[in-house]
Amino acid sequence: MTQTTDNLLIRNARPYGEDATDLLVSDGVVTEIGTGLTAPAGTETFDAGGHVLLPGFVDLHVHLREPGGEESETIETGSHAAALGGFTAVFAMPNTDPVADTEVVVEHVRRRGEEIGLVDVHPVGAVTVGLKGEKLAELGTMARSRARVRMFSDDGRCVNDPLIMRRALEYASSLDVVVAQHAEDHRLTGGAQAHEGAVASRLGLTGWPATAEETVVARDCALAREAGAALHVCHVSSAHTIAVLRAAKAAGVRVSAEVTPHHLLLTDGRLTSYDPVNKVNPPLRTAGDTQAMREALAEGVIDVVATDHAPHASQYKDTEWAAAKPGMLGLQTAFSVLVHTMVEPGLLDWHGVARVLSERPAEIGSLPDQGRPIAVGEPATFALVDPDAQWTVRGAALASKAANTPYEGMRLPGAVVATILRGRITARDGKVAL
Amino acid sequence: MRHLLSVADLDAAAATGLLDTADRLKQALLGREVRKLPTLRGRTVVTLFYEDSTRTRVSFEIAGKWMSADTINVSAKGSSVSKGESLRDTSRTLSSMGADCVIVRHPASGAAHRIAGWADRDAGTTGTSTSVVNAGDGTHEHPTQALLDAATLRERLGSVAGRRIGIVGDVLHSRVARSNVLLLATLGAEVVLIAPPTLLPVGVREWPCRVSHELDAELPALDAVMMLRVQAERMHGGFFPSAREYAVGYGLSEARQALLPENAPVLHPGPMVRGMEIAPAVADSPSSAVLAQVRNGVHVRMAVLYHLLAGAPE
Amino acid sequence: MATARRGDAEGAQPPVRELLSAADVTRTIARIAHQIIEKTAFGPANAEDLVLLGIPTRGAILARRLAAAITEFSGAAPAVGSVDATLYRDDLRRRPARALEDTAVPEGGVDDKLVVLVDDVLMSGRTTRAALDALRDEGRPRAVQLAVLVDRGHRELPIRADYVGKNVPTARAEAIHVLLAEHDGRDAVQIARAPGEERPVVGDTEFTEGADPA
Repeated sequence: MTQTTDNLLIRNARPYGEDATDLLVSDGVVTEIGTGLTAPAGTETFDAGGHVLLPGFVDLHVHLREPGGEESETIETGSHAAALGGFTAVFAMPNTDPVADTEVVVEHVRRRGEEIGLVDVHPVGAVTVGLKGEKLAELGTMARSRARVRMFSDDGRCVNDPLIMRRALEYASSLDVVVAQHAEDHRLTGGAQAHEGAVASRLGLTGWPATAEETVVARDCALAREAGAALHVCHVSSAHTIAVLRAAKAAGVRVSAEVTPHHLLLTDGRLTSYDPVNKVNPPLRTAGDTQAMREALAEGVIDVVATDHAPHASQYKDTEWAAAKPGMLGLQTAFSVLVHTMVEPGLLDWHGVARVLSERPAEIGSLPDQGRPIAVGEPATFALVDPDAQWTVRGAALASKAANTPYEGMRLPGAVVATILRGRITARDGKVAL
Repeated sequence: MRHLLSVADLDAAAATGLLDTADRLKQALLGREVRKLPTLRGRTVVTLFYEDSTRTRVSFEIAGKWMSADTINVSAKGSSVSKGESLRDTSRTLSSMGADCVIVRHPASGAAHRIAGWADRDAGTTGTSTSVVNAGDGTHEHPTQALLDAATLRERLGSVAGRRIGIVGDVLHSRVARSNVLLLATLGAEVVLIAPPTLLPVGVREWPCRVSHELDAELPALDAVMMLRVQAERMHGGFFPSAREYAVGYGLSEARQALLPENAPVLHPGPMVRGMEIAPAVADSPSSAVLAQVRNGVHVRMAVLYHLLAGAPE
Repeated sequence: MATARRGDAEGAQPPVRELLSAADVTRTIARIAHQIIEKTAFGPANAEDLVLLGIPTRGAILARRLAAAITEFSGAAPAVGSVDATLYRDDLRRRPARALEDTAVPEGGVDDKLVVLVDDVLMSGRTTRAALDALRDEGRPRAVQLAVLVDRGHRELPIRADYVGKNVPTARAEAIHVLLAEHDGRDAVQIARAPGEERPVVGDTEFTEGADPA
């Protein structure tokens, strides 16, 4: 990890939107908080302009495409996007080529992240070899490797076989790692292209029934309960799944869940253009679902927001719908979408934003130095945000190699002014600090 | 009208206009020795077919030729398509070569929309103008089939408005059903879909039609019945237990035809699976409009080409 | 309702003057009917020989009226029908696609017949040219003649009417409206003067009987 021995004085920041204060940072740790702080000569001063200071964001779900998919994204370009989006840690999904199912690949990902140094890149290990759902990958080896893998997932594919999932959860419980499930019963989603409902029926797109998510989540909660294991449910998209999660949590199952920004905001009504920029898995669903996601996130039934940042080069998107790869960019728009869908309607305050974008994801991903309170003695890992800013999304202007943002041309509220990782500014005013 | 991608793009006046044009074209060519009109001389029409469909392709080709357009057939086999060229590159290549109209059949729903989008974007930069006709995209739509069905119903029933039309069979996978429900509703007909629940899409309740699972109960009140194709692969997909059970529940037997009002036309988009969907005697009965549908198909497609290509570019 | 005709200036609201009254229209049609009978030596003996084909919309109406008049005067009924020339026009690309009209060739066809094409207004000659092309695809008439209610000049093709109801010198920007009861509720021929255009131009039209001195 890049450590800095420099000091930093952050002036005029409003932690969690509260009263403005100054923060003195030394060796990446907050050493003093108060108004009118003075710093030793030579200390770099950063004027926070009265903006809101939050703990650095943690994204449990990104696709950085390296190795193998470098035409769409690299760990470097993805790190840039993450830093610009206010993120200080990201979990990179293993569906790369080769698949991150061995210590070699996960260590490579971890090392590349460290070399770039803008954001902590935590590789997610595959649950099964080659994401095939047949044979457990070497979870223990990956967990004990230099990459210290703490989350395993076959994301993009569901661990569909209940026996394999049971074994994975049981095995994971001994390693103190979490299994993140892409909940999709593939038997129910053969050829699926869109949320199964009125829009898909009219467009002639094979439906992805919400029950395919709900049933797998219900099954996995039962398996996790019996195994005493930690289960994380990726990208919840259906209102029905929320009822299952609520019941499981009430019964004491160690289950956490994430929702993506796009499932908070976008609906399948956008599909009528057949533009595959709106194609994503799980699919965009109905307005009733987005509303349920917002309420569940506010309530805490859904723990965190994770982007499922999924860059795809234009050749994978500028095609007919069925041929297009699912996925959309998310790192640089997540905060704004959250402001729009949760903060502005009053569903979350800034402590709530810190909870869903930083504290809970850090807990779920077992990151001891992320998602910490803004306090003396804690890491100086922050996102400084301007909730009053407005900006227009342009895919070409985003740091990702690909441009597949569904928010193209949309005017969104809230901007990340600066990102600070252990006392070092990684992004500032829309530019990566190198 | 720049493209014909979905019947949803047609209001009642536009749809009726197309049907009227088709009638006039039919009339103009009736009994003529020279079945050729000079209207589209010098215009180039390309059929780009990614699925085999001799019926639809030939119908469009005849329509183009009778209007004096130069028609060129590109099929997915034996072209760069099979070498893995993207739909975007293929369609833009055809536009750049000067195709005034690309008629596309593709297994992906929305393929024609995509091609039209690319053509419109190119038109903005290069000034070339290519019209796109959807000749069947996945399980989405088949607008000219619905138009030829409407033309046939109009011919047989005098009008479509106020008539009750039953559509029977595999609605779930049928682009013909989607286009017909929309177009017939636009033209003021009452549409009843009749199928087992497994062959109806989730969301069908929001379509402008009624849904029934009881063919026998519906037949006496129908003005016309349209049988849909059940593709062989569906028979093994668990959508219904067996071909025999399907035929018993939803096939149009002679006994069932007798439940229909006298002379109620029976339509089928073809190709027919005789025996399972429709009894041979029904398919060949005087009420069968199958050949009239095929005949009208040419005139309807001529009308579409006329409306897209004959006038000033929009 | 008067309809803007081919070649009209559109959009203006010029003063309208009546050239032919309803009675004039009836008289003119009767006169043309007599001329056709005379020129084609039409009668019961060769009733099969003559086909009147109107160019829709108003030409087709005129053709039916002419046929009725000819029947009345000669005691023999000529075949009558219509031929829509839209699909043969050379100016299709200049306007949005237009609706097609009736084509109804009488049962006996046109092969070896004397066909009289009938239209309401003759101007550029392009409609007639298109109708001639359409006719060629219908068969091979022995001869084709042209009858028009109004010839307003401004020919763009070497085409001349065999029977003219009325020659009207016009400016190009003026509009001639032919109204027929079956379509417009009453019979009349009107001229709409274009504002600022005062000087009537005599085109390549011969002045024959009935030329309006005004």
